[in-house]
Amino acid sequence: MLVDDVRKQFPALDRKVYGKALVYFDNAATIQRPLGVIDKWNEITSRSNANIHRAVHRMADEATEAYEASRNIVKEFIGAESREEIIFTSGATAAINLVAFSFGEAFVKEGDEVVVSESEHHSNIVPWQMMCQRKGAVLKVLHVDDKGCLDMDELDSLLTARTRILAVAHISNVLGIVNPVGEIVRRCHDRGVKVLIDGAQGVVHRKVDVKELDCDFYVFSGHKIFAATGTGALYGKKELLDAMPPYMGGGEMVGTVRFSGTTYAPLPLKFEAGTPNFAGAATLKPALEFAMSLRNEEISACEDAVKEYMFEKLSGDSRIKLFGTPDDIGDKIPLFSFCVDGVHHEDLALILDKMGIAVRSGQMCAEPLMDRFGVTGMLRASLAPYNTMQEAEYFIGSLDRAIGMLV
Amino acid sequence: MEYTKPLAEAENDVIEEFSMFDEWLDKYEYLIELGKHLDDYPEESKNDDNLIKGCQSRVWLDYEIRDGRVYFKADSDAIITKGIISLLIGLYSGRTPQEIISSDFSVVDRIGLKENLSPTRANGLLSMIDKIRAIAADNA
Repeated sequence: MLVDDVRKQFPALDRKVYGKALVYFDNAATIQRPLGVIDKWNEITSRSNANIHRAVHRMADEATEAYEASRNIVKEFIGAESREEIIFTSGATAAINLVAFSFGEAFVKEGDEVVVSESEHHSNIVPWQMMCQRKGAVLKVLHVDDKGCLDMDELDSLLTARTRILAVAHISNVLGIVNPVGEIVRRCHDRGVKVLIDGAQGVVHRKVDVKELDCDFYVFSGHKIFAATGTGALYGKKELLDAMPPYMGGGEMVGTVRFSGTTYAPLPLKFEAGTPNFAGAATLKPALEFAMSLRNEEISACEDAVKEYMFEKLSGDSRIKLFGTPDDIGDKIPLFSFCVDGVHHEDLALILDKMGIAVRSGQMCAEPLMDRFGVTGMLRASLAPYNTMQEAEYFIGSLDRAIGMLV
Repeated sequence: MEYTKPLAEAENDVIEEFSMFDEWLDKYEYLIELGKHLDDYPEESKNDDNLIKGCQSRVWLDYEIRDGRVYFKADSDAIITKGIISLLIGLYSGRTPQEIISSDFSVVDRIGLKENLSPTRANGLLSMIDKIRAIAADNA
């Protein structure tokens, strides 16, 4: 499949904004949806809108089948051992909150420690802070260096006999750097520390095998990998999920309910209280199948060429300060956060918008990282496999023009 | 005393000025120019009391009353926001509180700024207008 063929699958990419062809470079926030996903959503909502797992009628069967078929695909997609280890959530944030609560209840005591990195998204900081407050535990921070890489020397000194869990992004949503998660898991496990990996960006840009990684939890959002919004998954090792209490009660998460006490359903339903977003979850199957179909040499070569062009142009411009610059560009995804001397990120984003370019500006849900680099915000261009070299060239030219207007 | 156009007339002038731009970029280029020429704002007035919440960028708005008229001073760390501020100050500064309260502030809508700025931005803009209104009401 060539990039042009890929683009044809995305109706949104064809549209114009302010009379100009859309250049969508905000993929790390949400990626556009291909036809297969749109069709699946329409099919479920127009033909098979029935509550899953309960009723015995045909429509409910169809909805349940679509929902569970997505669970199979998620399991294959990340290389999990069994379907029981895949919990559907409303996204990565919900998945982290679930683990922070239930793992905390089961395993964290007063005086225990939790480690997160300095480059985490707020969603991988705040749930842990809340849990630490509740349990009287201590939150510790793994710092990044000036290039944005995790300080791996600091890691060993952070892990103590009291450390229960470490939470880290597979790929930073601000720096675009692929963190050495395999190494982190090894070192943590050597010290008896569990590891949660926030794969919101990771699953989009790297092949993930949770068995090989040996991580204890891996979470991701559907809307960043072509599926509907309000979908996502939590992978957890079965023995851990079994030992953790439910996060929410009600719906299909029960075994039997008596006023004298309730027993819980087995995995994965134990963690799926209430009617889930079954129409959304059903789109995970076409979404992940589509993502897998893009994993070929031709598409990768195009993506790398665009990435290298963007990196060269942005890092070579003396007016621009690019954040997330690992020694090997192979450790970076096509995601570029930067500041321009004397120009406010919001002004740049507004002007680029009028040129038809969608980028993100602001703190990118990572205030501690903004503080680390001493900035109030950044501009972020994040690319997907459907973005072309032509778009990248238009972006670089437009950025130059916008800076010219603003200084 | 210098002549001040009636507010409604001044608002119509701005609307007419903006209607000359066909391209959104030209409107923004104009706002940027306005922003670059906004009067200096005293550093000591950049305090939390004068800070307006709701913008990605920061906005400070201060005022003084002279001869029964409200004079606004404002600043922002972003230039387009400064341009919008400049536009608003040009319209509402130097007027009596009653005059300011009498405006429906639809000028912002009619030059297309509200619809064009993203919700967070529009909220910032609305906060700015709310503050101008509140200052006028307090001093009426």
